[in-house]
Amino acid sequence: MSASKSKKKGLRRRKFLKYSGIGLGLIIGGGYLSRHMWRRSIFEIAESAIVPYNGNLSPNIWFQITPANEIILHSSKVEMGQGTFTGLAQLAAEELEVEVEKIKVVHADTASGNIDGMSTGGSLSIATLWQPVREMAATMREMLKQKAAEKLGVGIADLKVENGVISAGGNALTYGEVVEGVTDWEFPDTPKLKEAKDFKYIGKPVARVDLHDKVVGAPMFGIDVEVPDMLHASVVRPEKIDAKLKSVDSSKAASMPGVIKIVEEKDFVGVIAETHVQAENARNALKVEWEINKSWDLAEVRAMTKVGNGKLTVIQKEGDAKSILDDAEEEGSVVKLEFNTPIGAHAQIEPNGATALVKDGKATVWLSTQVPLITLNEVSDRLGMDKENVNIIPKFLGGGFGRRLHTPNAVQAALMSKAIGRPVKCFFDRKQEFQNDTFRPPTHHIVRGKLDANGNIEAIGHDFSSGDVAFNSALMPPIAGTILGADIGAIRGGAIQYRSIPNIRAESWHVDLPFATSWWRSLGLLANTFAIESSIDELAIKAQKNPVDFRLSHIEDNEAGKRLRNVIKTCAEKAGYTDEVVNGRAMGFAASTDAGSPCAQVVEVSVVDNQIKVHKVTAVLDCGIAVNPDQVRAQVEGCIIMGISASMFEQMDLKDNKLFPVIYGPYQMAMMRDAPKEIDVVLIEGADFAGPVGEPPLGPIGAAIGNAVRRITGKRLTDLPMSLA
Amino acid sequence: MKISFNINGSAQTVDVDEKTPLLWVVRDLLDLKGTKFGCGKAACGACTLHVDGESVRSCSFPVKYAAGKDITTIEGLSSGDALHAVQQAWKEEIVPQCGYCQPGFMMATAAMLDKIPNPTDEDIDNNIVNICRCGTYYRMRKAIHRAAEIKNTNS
Ligand code: FES
Ligand code: FES
Repeated sequence: MSASKSKKKGLRRRKFLKYSGIGLGLIIGGGYLSRHMWRRSIFEIAESAIVPYNGNLSPNIWFQITPANEIILHSSKVEMGQGTFTGLAQLAAEELEVEVEKIKVVHADTASGNIDGMSTGGSLSIATLWQPVREMAATMREMLKQKAAEKLGVGIADLKVENGVISAGGNALTYGEVVEGVTDWEFPDTPKLKEAKDFKYIGKPVARVDLHDKVVGAPMFGIDVEVPDMLHASVVRPEKIDAKLKSVDSSKAASMPGVIKIVEEKDFVGVIAETHVQAENARNALKVEWEINKSWDLAEVRAMTKVGNGKLTVIQKEGDAKSILDDAEEEGSVVKLEFNTPIGAHAQIEPNGATALVKDGKATVWLSTQVPLITLNEVSDRLGMDKENVNIIPKFLGGGFGRRLHTPNAVQAALMSKAIGRPVKCFFDRKQEFQNDTFRPPTHHIVRGKLDANGNIEAIGHDFSSGDVAFNSALMPPIAGTILGADIGAIRGGAIQYRSIPNIRAESWHVDLPFATSWWRSLGLLANTFAIESSIDELAIKAQKNPVDFRLSHIEDNEAGKRLRNVIKTCAEKAGYTDEVVNGRAMGFAASTDAGSPCAQVVEVSVVDNQIKVHKVTAVLDCGIAVNPDQVRAQVEGCIIMGISASMFEQMDLKDNKLFPVIYGPYQMAMMRDAPKEIDVVLIEGADFAGPVGEPPLGPIGAAIGNAVRRITGKRLTDLPMSLA
Repeated sequence: MKISFNINGSAQTVDVDEKTPLLWVVRDLLDLKGTKFGCGKAACGACTLHVDGESVRSCSFPVKYAAGKDITTIEGLSSGDALHAVQQAWKEEIVPQCGYCQPGFMMATAAMLDKIPNPTDEDIDNNIVNICRCGTYYRMRKAIHRAAEIKNTNS
């Protein structure tokens, strides 16, 4: 993947930041490609051809073709709605020369050995597998051809491969017929891949491979797992932050209907019962005491999350922005805005949970997880079992968004199953989901800008403060903070993308908050872009310039700049952007670049009785090759609506150590009536690889709405969720 | 206590505490997993099914009120292999992302179309009040209008 484009200025820092965001995937993506590695991990399962991808000798599986002519793609990436299964099927179909719908995509369980060393997240699934999956599929095709040639008694060059059939002269074999009886496979060198102009499936808006199952309500999610003889459990979770379990009185609960066992562990208490409802009822009857370390409320958290507090890392530095802005502030010629964004909940609809069976020295856990490897490690560590004896079986996720990067449920279910010797299913209730979320951290931003005599930006500074995103995450080594300096999640979108501004400075301040915060779709992008792009508009207004032209005039002349300029221009044209208010409606413009994919958005907004309404959004995204344009569009639409929800409605509060609200409704989110009736998505393929899609479009939306409201009301909204009242 | 009802066209009798939410009877006793749990407090709509043709949030509907009634879940929305107009429209518009909320939305939509065959955007806003975290509302609205079209053509 071309993750890095050379830059004239600030090369080292920028390059480093890019790599830490996207490069982790590169290591995995590139690691298993060499022919050598493939050779070492060859193995056969009777009568099926399985091509592994990993270097070790455990059964690492990507593809499987059975004599019954089933073509199965075992995906180490999980499907959480982002359409990865469909994209992977398209990539595979292209080189396997078989129709997309003939490929069945399933989650690889960890026992198969096809384990993603990282997570499913960061918009990286297709981006990092774009090349490897095609190479594996192409290799697989060549292997099939070799055997077909033998079986048909012809030379490889005489074979024709089309729609899953290999033929020569009048004879033809399906892939199933080719693999029948073969136990001995030879791995050729990785063949040359098709060129884009020859793509049959890539770039086509094929229907999602999971569409039918999702329309008929098939039992595919983690919570749907059913195992014979299964019991149900419910656990106690802290209702307060900064609290430790002190004591539990289970006398009443133990004698309630259906209760089979109460399991007390060092960090949780669980009730196992015949049914889910019985388990919950009994759990509610437990008398639990917590030891509160210190009392907390929201005001304290807000006071902590301030630029100037905690640990500072300068993430971008060009020229001498600081002294220019300090001087300008003193003489009163600076534009200075302060922004705040709230604690955000993931609020995915399927709660976290797991079903486990621990018996006879083996453990199996079924669940919705974004991190099968971490789940595997946690379960095997806590149970003191070798990893070979633990199998994690990922299921379809009822939403991910970063919420399933932490899976304590797996350990809980496993310990309870071990205690009772039967399968146990256990999942959080909605209150626990809200109270024990790993939240999007609150943020605070100060943006300062100074115009030169021609009304161009002479200097700009973005200083921001955030709690953990990547830090203290199981995804990162504990020393990540020391090595990386800045929290690589919190700084997403924090740098200024208008690189021809001569003086730029971005400072990231990191605070330790008294509750867990972590990855939330797009990480820091939503908050950072809200602050920066609102400020850019404010500077344009001060300069009396059209905000689109204003942005265009500050973009650097290089490859990334070319792509950014293109999305901005295209978006303004497509939307017919004007900075005038027409019939009570105003347009708002914003753009961001995330993980290399630039996105621009124009929103059409009205304000009636202080109520903001978004009528239309035009979005232009350049993600390089769109493997499935329909699903890329779906991701853009989803990001826009999730972004509207986060910018206009959502916030968590904190009082007496309790985080709340703990239910939908009071935790207000965008609903049908709040979704724009028109969303016009334009895709630009400005690069020759498949780039990140699932998060970049979350950047502009908040600022775009704020910028439209500013034009209607004259009021600059600086806090999320937005309120005019 | 023993409670009898019809579900997806067949008679069923369950022996269960009468206060048990219908959702858990459907999911765990009858093993129909298409009806989803999202909140347990009638706040998200993931558990929507039909009781005598009315859209009901089954997480907050004690099973005793189902006695003698006709229940339809997403598994019973289609007739055999022929998908319901709502499901067909959902497929045409490729609505689902993670898919978890979708059965609830489809059930709510099917019940609405029985009462309002040609819903306006406002009807949709007022009647379809479930929550989708993936943000598929935009496509859902299109699919709802399309489902109305399909249904009106078929009938
Ligand atoms: S689960 Fe019933 S409304 Fe949410
Ligand atoms: S499709 Fe995921 S919650 Fe609606």
